[in-house]
Parts: sequence; C-alpha cells; structure tokens
Amino acid sequence: MKLNALLAGAALALGLAGAAAAQDKTKVGFVFVGPIGDGGWTYEHNQARLAVEEKFGDAVETVYQESVPEGADAERVLTQMALSGADLIFTTSFGYMDPTINVAQKFPDVKFEHATGYKRADNVGTYSARFYEGRAVQGHIAGRMTKSNVVGYIASFPIPEVIRGINSAYIHAKAANPDVQFKVIWAYTWFDPAKEADAATALIQQGADVILQHTDSTAPQAAAEKAGGIITFGQASDMAEYAPMPRVSSIIDNWAPYYINRVQAVMDGTWESDDTWDGIGAGMVKIGEISNAVPEDVKAEALALKEAIASGAHHPFTGPLNKQDGSVWLAEGEVADDGTLAGMNFYVEGLTGDIPQ
Amino acid sequence: MIRLEKRPSPSRLWTVATPVLAVALTMIAGGLLFAALGKDPVAAIRTIFWDPLFNEQFAAYSRPQLLVKAGPLILIAIGLSLGFRAGIWNIGAEGQYIIGALSGAGVGLAFYPMEAWFIFPLMVLAGGLGGWAWAMIPAILKTRFRTNEILVSLLLVYVAEQILASMSLGLMRNPEGGGFPGSRNLQQYPSAANTELFAGTGVHWGVVAGFVAVILAYVLLNRHMLGFQIRLAGQSPRAARFAGVNPNALVVFCLGVSGALAGMAGLFEVSGPAGQVSIDFNQGYGFTAIIVAFLGRLHPVGILLAGLLMALTYIGGELAQFMLGVPAAAIQAFQGMLLFFLLGVDVLSNYRVRLGKREVA
Repeated sequence: MKLNALLAGAALALGLAGAAAAQDKTKVGFVFVGPIGDGGWTYEHNQARLAVEEKFGDAVETVYQESVPEGADAERVLTQMALSGADLIFTTSFGYMDPTINVAQKFPDVKFEHATGYKRADNVGTYSARFYEGRAVQGHIAGRMTKSNVVGYIASFPIPEVIRGINSAYIHAKAANPDVQFKVIWAYTWFDPAKEADAATALIQQGADVILQHTDSTAPQAAAEKAGGIITFGQASDMAEYAPMPRVSSIIDNWAPYYINRVQAVMDGTWESDDTWDGIGAGMVKIGEISNAVPEDVKAEALALKEAIASGAHHPFTGPLNKQDGSVWLAEGEVADDGTLAGMNFYVEGLTGDIPQ
Repeated sequence: MIRLEKRPSPSRLWTVATPVLAVALTMIAGGLLFAALGKDPVAAIRTIFWDPLFNEQFAAYSRPQLLVKAGPLILIAIGLSLGFRAGIWNIGAEGQYIIGALSGAGVGLAFYPMEAWFIFPLMVLAGGLGGWAWAMIPAILKTRFRTNEILVSLLLVYVAEQILASMSLGLMRNPEGGGFPGSRNLQQYPSAANTELFAGTGVHWGVVAGFVAVILAYVLLNRHMLGFQIRLAGQSPRAARFAGVNPNALVVFCLGVSGALAGMAGLFEVSGPAGQVSIDFNQGYGFTAIIVAFLGRLHPVGILLAGLLMALTYIGGELAQFMLGVPAAAIQAFQGMLLFFLLGVDVLSNYRVRLGKREVA
C-alpha cells in the first residue's frame, strides 16, 4: 500500500518533470565507451556533440557520460539519462545494443540512436559509417609504401566491422602490390594505450613497416615514431599531431552532420527509426590529409580511388573475390551486398591466420 | 609535538568511528577536487550521496539499483574477509567470478531451449563449483609447494580473462548473433534467468545470497569453532598452531569459500543484470570487493554497509557525471580517496595521539 503510494508519487513527479522538459530545451544524451580525450573514436563523437551545441545554441542541452562499460552498467546509465528528461540519446558503441533496446522499451517517448548495431525498434534507430571505404584508400597507400612488404594490423575485436576493414585494406594493398602480406594482432580492446603500443612494437619486430590500427588511441603512432621509418594512419580521428611521419593519412569519422540532422528531426517531430550506413560519398567518412611523406604519384592514385568510391564508380568489394578457403565469393564484376558485409565473418583469399573463434 | 603511542589493543570506539571519519574526509577532499575542476562542490557531493536515494526524479529507479550493484560486491567481500582475517590473501576473486559465470552460464546454455525448474539451481551450483575450482589452484599450490597465493590468484585473473574472450568468440557464441561475439541472452531464457524477485526492488537471487552470506559469516565468526580458528590464525599464527589449527586445511577452506562465493556472484550477474557472456563481462567487482572488505573492517555487518556505500558512490558518481559534467576520472579518484583515507585514519584505532613532550622515563 505504502509502496504503491510511493511509486505513484514517483510516477507523477516523473510525468511532471517530463512535461516540463518538453516545453523548453531539447535534451540530447550521449553515452561514450571511452574517455572524451581518447583522441580517436569517442573524441570524434564528442566533437559532434559540441557541433550540435554550437548549431542549436540555447535550443538544446546536451549531457554525456564517458567510459561507460558495455553491459549492465550501460543499462543503468541509459535509464538514468532517460529519467533525467532526455529526448534523444546516442549510444556510441556496439556493446550498448541490448541495453539500448531494453531501456527503449521502458521509455517509448525517448528516441534512441545506436551506433554500429543491428537491432532496431520504433524508437531505436541505428547508424554506422562505411569505414571500409576509408580502409580501401589506406590499403592502397600501405601497399605502395611498404618496403618490407609486411603490413601490420592492430585489430580490436573479431566482429564484422573490424573484419570488413582488414579485408578491404588487404584487397587494395594487394592490388597495388602483389607481394604484400598482412600480419594481424587481436588486441581485444577499443582503447588501451599500453596494449596498443605493445601490439605495434611486436608487429614492427616482425618486420612490418606499415601499421594500420582499428583501436582508438595514439599509442601505436608513438611506438612507430620511436621505432623510426614506420608509417601509420590516424584512426577515427585525424591524429595530425603525428604528421607528416609516422602518420601519413587517416580515416576520420565525421558524425556532426548526422547528429545535427537527427536532433533537428526530433525538434520537428519528424524523427523515425531507420538504419543509416553512410560512407565517403555522404561525408560521414573522411580521409585525412595525405602528408608529404607520401610520393606525389601515390597520393594522386589514393585521391583518385577516394573519388571513385565517393561517386560510387568503385565498390571496395568488387569481384572476382574468393574467400580465404579458396571458395568463390564474388564473381567478376559482382559487388557485395550490404547484408553479407554487415555480418562478415570470413577473410578474403590471401590473408593468413585465423579469425579468433 | 605530536606523538603516536601504540594502544595495547585496537580502540573499539575508533574501529567504528574511522570509517565514518574516512567518508567525511573523502567528502571534503573530493569537494576540493570538484571545486578545482570548476564544479560546485556541494552540488557534486549532494548528487553523489543524496540524489540516488532521495531525488524524486531518479530515486525510485536508483534505490533498487543500489542493491543490484552492491549484491555481488557484498557476496564476494564476505568470502574474501574470511581469508583476510586468517592472513590468507585471495586477490584473484575477479578470476573466480569470471570462471563461476562461465561454468554457470555454460550449464544454462547447454540446456537451451529446454524449460525446467532445476536448470537455474544447477547453474548456481555450477557457478559456485567453478569459482571454487579456480580458487583451488592457488590453494593447492600454496599447501603443496608453498607458492605465494597473492601472486598465483592475481595472475589467474588474466588467464580467466583470456578464457572468457575465447568462450565469447567460440564455444558460447550466440549462433543467431550474426557473427558478433557474446552468448545468448540468458535473461530471455526463462529457466536460466535470474530475474527480479519483487518488481521494482532490484532484489534478485544474488542480492538474497549476499544477505544470507552476511548472516552465515556472522554466525561462523562468532559462534563457531572454525570462526575462532580463522581469527586466531590471523592474530597469532603460532598460538593457532599450538591450539591445533591445521594451517593447510584453513588455506583450502578460506580460498575455497571465497572462490565459491565469487563464482556464484559471477553466475548471478551473468544470468541477471549482465544477461550474457561477453568479452568484457567482468567489470572489476572482484577487485572492488577487496576495498569493500576492508572498508567494512572485515566484519560481516560492516561489509554489508560498505557494499551499499560503494554502490552509492558508483551510482551517484554516474549521476554527477551527466548531471554536472564531472569527468569519469574524477569519480574514480574520489572512490580511491575513500580507501586512502580509511587506511590513513586507521592509525587512530591502533595508536593514541599524544600532544606534548615525551615524558622522561
């Protein structure tokens, strides 16, 4: 009885708070997997948050929480954010998928946007970027630049997004340099400077003179700089402080236009759940400036490749392509469909080693 | 001139008062830290300690969450405190927590999709056994080869983490998960789900187990011969040996119990709040529980309170982050201060502070 009264009171207070919030600012929440100062993935999401603030000024209020573990804690953080009156919440890591869906069920009036996932609901949309398009350009530069013909790759988790990146980089490196081989280290982390530096050093010791990374810190750049004569690429963020060497280019995630667009949709009442997967063409993926450590002809080729991808003339996964076991994946001229790409769990032919099982 | 004079026996008053003093000092130092970061210190402290309990917007949700967060901490800390009292240092509860979760979840997943009442009890049993077995490695190495249980148990955490990664990617991976790592969600499998027992309270079986552990540990330590032996072994190993305490049996018992409780905590977490085996399933409960055990003075009731307090700083810390924009690192520093001050003011329970010159003997 008493408990019921209490809950009713809380619900009433909640309703009032919700109504009050609806009248003034649009409140936008962000949940980050790393610290906003990671210099990579979370840094760029936070830049986009700041862009939202700048664009809408007093009409929005943004809140964020950094370094939120993926799992039970995320569910609590999301619930508290929704309770605090957020109208739209961006959850910016794959591991927030189930928590986002669970919390969204409890708050049908709050809109959720989950990055890199595949589960949607009436109030949950998903978005991701075609990073593999950037990987293609990176792979081309890597294949042309390597002298040892060994390219090192610091992979994070064996999920489709990461495997797609490895395949795309390898296909284009191989096209530019048939002798190239890839060595992949699985770091099992998105952000751990010590582990990433160890991985980079190990790859360099194994003869790699180009390091690609799918982890978010600048530690591999620092390790490469120390070793000397190694080239790297900025990941998620430009990492320009390491240009012109070792960082010769980068893939930059540019979330700002998308975030502004979605916040606007919530303000206009036109928001609908959908699945966005944009690449270089739409500006969600950008190629950071190619430094003067790269010869002019290589740079020109890389930019041409980027243009071809942006215009749709070239799809990074175009046949003939075989899977690692030699079976045919794509016939001559055939391009991969999004479904296969979204769930990619195999290497293409030529890559050595196994995807961890 | 300030001098410290050793007390003949620890002060009872200060033993109780130091945790309270430590919390007060943490609030002051934390307030200074938040002020230095340009945040309103009073608002920050209030958000951390008051809002999760009484803020009308959040409290209905965050109060039950306190139990969800404190449950595993208390359960693990109770087990650890037995060993710590006897001078047996299990630092690897995190690993036992992981192996317990894997063993228990493994049993549940093996039965999928069968529905039967006995699945969940079997999982709890398997969870406890898994944690126990993982703790038996340092126990046997210590009793047989005199290895250091601190090192062995700690390093086994990293082994357990690798096994966890391998399980999430291989054996236990959800076959319908689109190639992504992580097992099926046990919360969506009724026979294996550790659900909320009373709606809106946050109480699940793990919380119940935590409370039961508090009571049993209290009885064991105060009313049972074994409890006496544990306390004696910690206070005076030589006297314990004369009193007929078998040190090896004590090592096996203490490590076994703490391992089993940590394993069960892992199982309750993986089948409840976390829901699935995933690569980063473990969030450091096994290490935080060490702080909880000491904050609670290795006393069952103290641990109960310390677990709730620790949970409060977690949940309040999250609120402070997004309500006031306090950085996550500042919250972690704040929690660290708590242990720092506790150990610092501990000196008061063992020593008497004297002002003035040393008397001439």
